[in-house]
Amino acid sequence: MLGADAIVKCLEAENVDYVFGYPGVAICPFYNSILNSEIQTILIRTEQNAAHAASGLARVSGKVGVCAVTSGPGATNVITGIATAFADSIPLVCITGQVNSELLGSDVFQEADITGAVESFVKYSYLVKDANEIPRIFKEAFYIANSGRKGPVLIDIPIDVQNAPVRKFNYPESVNLRTYKPTIKGHAIQIRKVIGELSKAKRPIICAGGGVLLSDAEKELRAFAQKYKIPVVSTMMGIGVMPTRHPMYYGMVGNNGKPYANRAMNESDLLIMVGARVADRAVSQPDLITENKVLVHIDVDPAEIGKNVGAAIPLVGDAKHIFEDLSKEEFTCEHEEWISLLDHYRETMQKKRHPDPAYVDPAEFIRLLSEQMEDDAVYVADVGQNQIWSCSYHIVKDGRFLTTGGMGTMGYSIPAAMGARLACPAKQVVAVCGDGSFQMSMMELATMRQFHIPVKIIVLKNNYLGMVRQYQHFTYEDRYSVVDLSGSPDLEKLAMAYDMKFMRLHTMEKAEETIAGFLAHDESVLLECIIDPMDLV
Amino acid sequence: MKKIYSVLVENRSGVLCKVAGLFSRRCFNIDSLAVGETDDPRVSCMTIVSSGDERTIEQIEKQLNKKLDVIKVKTFDETASVSRELMLIKVKYNRNNRRDIMETCEIMKASIVDMSKHLMIIQICDVPEKTNLLITMLQSISVVEVARTGTLALPKCMDTPSGE
Repeated sequence: MLGADAIVKCLEAENVDYVFGYPGVAICPFYNSILNSEIQTILIRTEQNAAHAASGLARVSGKVGVCAVTSGPGATNVITGIATAFADSIPLVCITGQVNSELLGSDVFQEADITGAVESFVKYSYLVKDANEIPRIFKEAFYIANSGRKGPVLIDIPIDVQNAPVRKFNYPESVNLRTYKPTIKGHAIQIRKVIGELSKAKRPIICAGGGVLLSDAEKELRAFAQKYKIPVVSTMMGIGVMPTRHPMYYGMVGNNGKPYANRAMNESDLLIMVGARVADRAVSQPDLITENKVLVHIDVDPAEIGKNVGAAIPLVGDAKHIFEDLSKEEFTCEHEEWISLLDHYRETMQKKRHPDPAYVDPAEFIRLLSEQMEDDAVYVADVGQNQIWSCSYHIVKDGRFLTTGGMGTMGYSIPAAMGARLACPAKQVVAVCGDGSFQMSMMELATMRQFHIPVKIIVLKNNYLGMVRQYQHFTYEDRYSVVDLSGSPDLEKLAMAYDMKFMRLHTMEKAEETIAGFLAHDESVLLECIIDPMDLV
Repeated sequence: MKKIYSVLVENRSGVLCKVAGLFSRRCFNIDSLAVGETDDPRVSCMTIVSSGDERTIEQIEKQLNKKLDVIKVKTFDETASVSRELMLIKVKYNRNNRRDIMETCEIMKASIVDMSKHLMIIQICDVPEKTNLLITMLQSISVVEVARTGTLALPKCMDTPSGE
């Protein structure tokens, strides 16, 4: 058995179904060995999207996403995808081919110091120097990626190591890392303190971040919130922890969030922040969330607690376990006044939009779309104005809402939707992007066609990089610089070129039936919505 | 506030780079950094002197602990530790200032370890305050070059019930 065969065996042992990647000479031994396996390979059209697709798969399946690319440019191209997964705490194992280990450091063809280059975007990285270490390294890599604060792990494997004989393949059953022991269970004393504060609180609130979804703790969070009658708001990455229309859910916080969600958070006297980094987009003034209130900060990563804001009660551990423990207590909570105040805010503080009837109104369109989508559908939002509209108007029922809230990488939605669709072929998967973000990933239409991945794509077309245009509108008084997208292709012709169904919507007049037709197709569809170029989020 | 971090790390290639990179990426100061193998050849000890407010100091420790190559982080105040720095100073001397230099060395407990007709190398091993003071003292004479190790430190000996 060769190193390359050992890699494939490791992936099989980890129950990997798909590898997203792009070959080159330095990773060819691996791609040769994988032909003997049931694992399916998906030839992505640019390496960055291999990591995004693996991310989409990981987020809906709970498994580690895997991608494999070649050395040099292949490896450097995947960095943005890895950095995106790192910012969003998505578990990935990224395999990179490397030049012959004898030649390392001599700047030969397609050599890049990828473990060095990617250091600040990975949870850990390996440069494999001995093929016999492959089983241990892969076991560790999968464990590190998918435990504690999840994240990407990179394994760089020189071509000669892939071709070297492996004495005996033994996939370890457990890992033994003396430097890595994530805290899963919350400290009993801290849990008791939270309960103590909760029994005193008059205006408690939970702010849930992406960490709740990553720890698969939605059910536990809902049970906890129901039991003690605590209202819930979320960050962008936390959208979906509760159904949007759940009476206890009060929307997304942050400068692009719901005004009533921010108000609810600011007026609370006990704020339970869970699985959220308190980053600038969610909480622009961290000082405010400790003013006149007790802040409980729950996170599996101790470094997140106290990084941006000091918490009165820090609580390190996995959200699922912590909510289970918190729900064990027996006492009654009545926050009726607080809840009716928040209901009042929710009713009276709705943003008013004044859409131009000559165009599709993205807000109303997204609302209608999500009404018609299946309950357990996966909605993937890209980055730009479209992301904010998606966050604000998509209605999560029992499905998932995926977007990159941490890194905000344009072009995320199409490859991530592909990964999500492969992970759950029975579910409806819709990617919603702008015409800017679409063009960052449109090469993947070929991948969708080649591997029969029926993703439904919506392009909100305004011929602008809308988010930047909006910023220039406010900051530079409409001096638009480098935001005009008028060279964009005719999407109808483009869809035709890829054998894709195409639909176009000009106004809201036929929106409902167009959406119905769009969702009814079994195969990939591209729906272009012409929106007001001057619209603001 | 100055803090000394004694960081035990896996003795592998690239670890120094990861730890130093963490400091620069997160905008933490490094006043000095010294690395060497411990009694266990698989483990290196990095002694890092850094400064910052309370939150920064806590973050440094947490971020260091997050690194998978970091085995253990001990943080202590300068006052709670025994710290030393080794410094070599090459100076140009002449007949007029030779005595002064020798006197200064005597007062500072520094020694002259090499000499030529016009140059000498002075060695001092002391707390960083003293090594800095010696440079100041010799500045009036002409200092040619300086090499220093950065601070090494261990927490002061204190007998604990466990005997550690």
